Amino acid sequence: MSPRRTGLDPSRQQKGFLGSGVAPWAGFGVTLRTFFQKPVTEQYPFKGKYPPPFPRYHGRHQLNRYPDGLEKCVGCELCAWACPADAIFVEAGANTADEQYSAGERYGRVYQINYLRCIFCGMCIEACPTRALTMTTFYELAAASREDMIYTKDQLLAPLEDGMLAAPHPMAEGLTDDDYYSGAVTGPSPGQVDWVARRRPDDPTLAGAKAKAGAGEPVAAKGGRP
Amino acid sequence: MSAPELVTCTIDGIEVSVPKNTLIIRAAEEVGIMIPRFCDHPLLKPVAACRQCLVDVASPAGPEGKLRAFPKPQPACAITVTPGMVVGTQLTSQAARQAQEQVAELILINHPLDCPICDKGGECPLQNQALATGRPVSRFADKKNTFAKPLALTPQILLDRERCVLCQRCTRFCAQVPGDPFIALQKRGASQQIGRFDPAVLGVAWGPDGDAALDAAAGDVAAVSGQPFAGYFAGSIIQICPVGALTSSDYRFRARPFDLVSVETVAEHDSNCSAVRVDHRRGQVLRRLAGDEPRLGQEWITDKDRFGFNWQVAPDRLRRPLVRRGAELVEVSWPEGVAAAARILAQATSTAVLPGGRLTLEDAYAYSVFARAVLGTDSIDFRARPSSPEEAQFLGHFVAGAGAGVSLDELAAAPAVLLAGFEPEDEGGIVYLRLRQAGAKVYALAPFASRGLKRLGGTLLQTLPGGEAQALSALPDAVGGLQAEAAAALRAAGAGGVGGVIVVGERLATVPGAYTAALKAAERLGAKLAWIPRRAGERAAVEAGLLPGLAPGGRALAKLTSSEAQLVFGRELDLAPGLDLPGVIAAAAAGELDAIVMGGLELTDLADPRAAAEALRATKVVALQVRADGVSPWADVILPVAPPSEKAGTFINWEGRQRPFPQVMTSTAMSDGKVLQVLAARLGADLPLGRLASAHQALDRLGAPAERLAAPDEPPQPPAVPAAGSGEALLSTWRYLVDDSSGLDGVPHLAASAPAPVARISAATAQAVGVEAGQNLVVGTDCGSISLPVVIDDLPDQVVHLPAKSPGSWVRVNLSAADGARVALSAGRAVKEVKQ
Repeated sequence: MSPRRTGLDPSRQQKGFLGSGVAPWAGFGVTLRTFFQKPVTEQYPFKGKYPPPFPRYHGRHQLNRYPDGLEKCVGCELCAWACPADAIFVEAGANTADEQYSAGERYGRVYQINYLRCIFCGMCIEACPTRALTMTTFYELAAASREDMIYTKDQLLAPLEDGMLAAPHPMAEGLTDDDYYSGAVTGPSPGQVDWVARRRPDDPTLAGAKAKAGAGEPVAAKGGRP
Repeated sequence: MSAPELVTCTIDGIEVSVPKNTLIIRAAEEVGIMIPRFCDHPLLKPVAACRQCLVDVASPAGPEGKLRAFPKPQPACAITVTPGMVVGTQLTSQAARQAQEQVAELILINHPLDCPICDKGGECPLQNQALATGRPVSRFADKKNTFAKPLALTPQILLDRERCVLCQRCTRFCAQVPGDPFIALQKRGASQQIGRFDPAVLGVAWGPDGDAALDAAAGDVAAVSGQPFAGYFAGSIIQICPVGALTSSDYRFRARPFDLVSVETVAEHDSNCSAVRVDHRRGQVLRRLAGDEPRLGQEWITDKDRFGFNWQVAPDRLRRPLVRRGAELVEVSWPEGVAAAARILAQATSTAVLPGGRLTLEDAYAYSVFARAVLGTDSIDFRARPSSPEEAQFLGHFVAGAGAGVSLDELAAAPAVLLAGFEPEDEGGIVYLRLRQAGAKVYALAPFASRGLKRLGGTLLQTLPGGEAQALSALPDAVGGLQAEAAAALRAAGAGGVGGVIVVGERLATVPGAYTAALKAAERLGAKLAWIPRRAGERAAVEAGLLPGLAPGGRALAKLTSSEAQLVFGRELDLAPGLDLPGVIAAAAAGELDAIVMGGLELTDLADPRAAAEALRATKVVALQVRADGVSPWADVILPVAPPSEKAGTFINWEGRQRPFPQVMTSTAMSDGKVLQVLAARLGADLPLGRLASAHQALDRLGAPAERLAAPDEPPQPPAVPAAGSGEALLSTWRYLVDDSSGLDGVPHLAASAPAPVARISAATAQAVGVEAGQNLVVGTDCGSISLPVVIDDLPDQVVHLPAKSPGSWVRVNLSAADGARVALSAGRAVKEVKQ
């Protein structure tokens, strides 16, 4: 092997008399120049505006709801299965007549994502069969302890929007989980509002849900199955 | 055995020779070709219901033997191979592949796409085969069939009818294996479905005739099909369902298959020690499945083995030692607990050990050595149930150190089997399945034909409770009648070299002279004898010498040579003759015992729980228990020990076969042996009791005993028949397989599927007492009474049968009575209709 001529070649670093005299001070020129430039440092998160990420940025997860407030997650664990970092833990439970959290028979009773493990690859949201799990663009994930980095279901669940009725409550009358999935539900039905009003009269979502259900909006775009 | 006749055929170009009458699907498995299937199951008869296994078949025909193809693809699960047959499976034949794809597509038409919420998803033959051999895309665009779901076949078993592919594995299992036809195919065409006989589903009203017909089908007057009780093996249909149509209430939605860690282990509930697979997740057992053990239950286990695992983590499970401080039991550290136990034992001059009947061989051996070498007592008895000195003698003579006796395979192959003091289904579990499958001629000495005996097609040799000794000793000389037939059948089997088998159960202990009579009858009839206890640890306890006067390895304690004593106990012993359990209870009650070391035995199983409780109050008690139940009101120190899933060990099943099992769960709980080792060390004895190998090394080096212990010799005694019209009766009772056993704690769904407790009496007795079917009968003794609805059955007069520990019928606690005792009958107030 013959030695290649590179920048490290001592023969190329030979400088003249003047050059070898000025060279040790030349670097301070950069420093001097920067004195007169605007600093690029951002005082995040105290000051300044950082541009929001792109719309498809893989940020924190969210567990979505149907428009009537029922959860979309059925606790199938396909997200946990797909996860290459083993960051997701799910335990399912059975909906009962008194405690219906999701459409259908099964719901995610326990749902945890460990953001110390998550690599934000998005395999989980691809695996989700009910589009319950999606990713937001929220990236401000930092905490002082391991426990705080494990997000639980109450942290991941999407907030109740206006007109949504807090679960648990029964599914809309005459509809199946398939109807929910195909978008037949656009808001709580009067029956669901009644059900919650009877059991939890102080529920803060009742007023909004009542307004939405009473507004005469069609609850079901399509009828239930025969 | 002669080599079977072989038939050679070609499958996918591979030549294979298989025994005659082999199905194509089995022959293909021989050469590693997997033909997709749903209905086919190796232990069930072929039915060709699902058509998924269609293959292209050609066989030589005509005088020239020219190869002629069948015009259409044929089901591989229902056609046996013939010489020269050429089979093309989906791997080589276009026709077979196309046929299978079409069948898969047809099956999937009505199958919902709910794999994400289906318990079977991830371990589902339908998923796997649809991927492997189905069409990639469905062409079906219309609405699928839907049903209300789930339909509860029993409280334990749920059916999602829309997932069902109508393979009929479940209905065939129920009809063919246990003979509990509680479900069937219903309706026709597109609405065809599996169901129980539910009038609401079928849209018919059963009249009185309909009910009677169903009763006849189920083989029992009181068993009305369609009611929640579906038999003791019904849980098997969940496991063999090839789709997710059948699910278990306990396991439903609890986990996905890829969450589970599976461990092959041994069930702890009965003396068969069946093979089971435990699936656990994050330190919690979620389900148990039948393991594959051809010599035992094949691929079947009882529902008790399948669903009864929550007892090990019951809320009263002990994690730390408890020590009595005044009236309270206080949690303390291990060193403190061991010190307190050691203090009690060191101060005691007379002690006894009651280890219970659920121990592994290693733990039983540890108790044996601990009692003799550390405590210096021979008062040790594992039998936590009604027992007798004659039984102890029988066990020492016939069972201890005898090695492998009659195996379940031999029992199933026997041409004639006589059962005495043993109900094949309730007390035998899978013994019943194997007997039924083999079609052996079964005779039973019992007061009435139980549901199990009826479905075995067995012959009842009607005997009064307590009359078994007399019946057994009269059997070889019987002239005429069923007794003579049974004797002749057993004799003929013996002469044929196969051997008939007399099975004796633990209930014979309450019949004086019965074990003596059984030994003599077996000898005179040339039949083999098998002792089948109920509990998993009883055989190991006998081998380890947990009886007074019995040393490990089937030797008499008094006759141990010095080298044998050295090997087992580390020194020679000179112990006073010990007491058995009733003797210990009596001595404790009389204040003659200072301390008792107890294993996990339940007082409610003893012959007289009240007397036992009184006795324990009068003495100090050191208990080694998994749970705080049972003796905690009387214990002075309780040291927690590991349940079977948290320790390794070896059960010995009733055949005498060792059934080693690994530690399933990660746990810091200690086995009984380890706790005894710690306790012994504290008492100044250095013994390796907690090491699994030490018991095996000692027993292996001891070997078989040179001579057997003396046989029991007790004359048979007639039952104490009450005078007619006295209002008294003889009690017949045994533990039902699914009852209030503490092994079934925490399993509400199975408990709800248990047979309803009823009292059975004859029509004449009912008339004499003045009760009618469905009304309540009050059965009483001096100690208390039990009131249950009456079912009129074919019992001898003045005999009443009660379940021994079912809801509302705890015979030992309420009556302090055992099989064959005298009880008083009277009419109770009427109740609503009896359902079982």
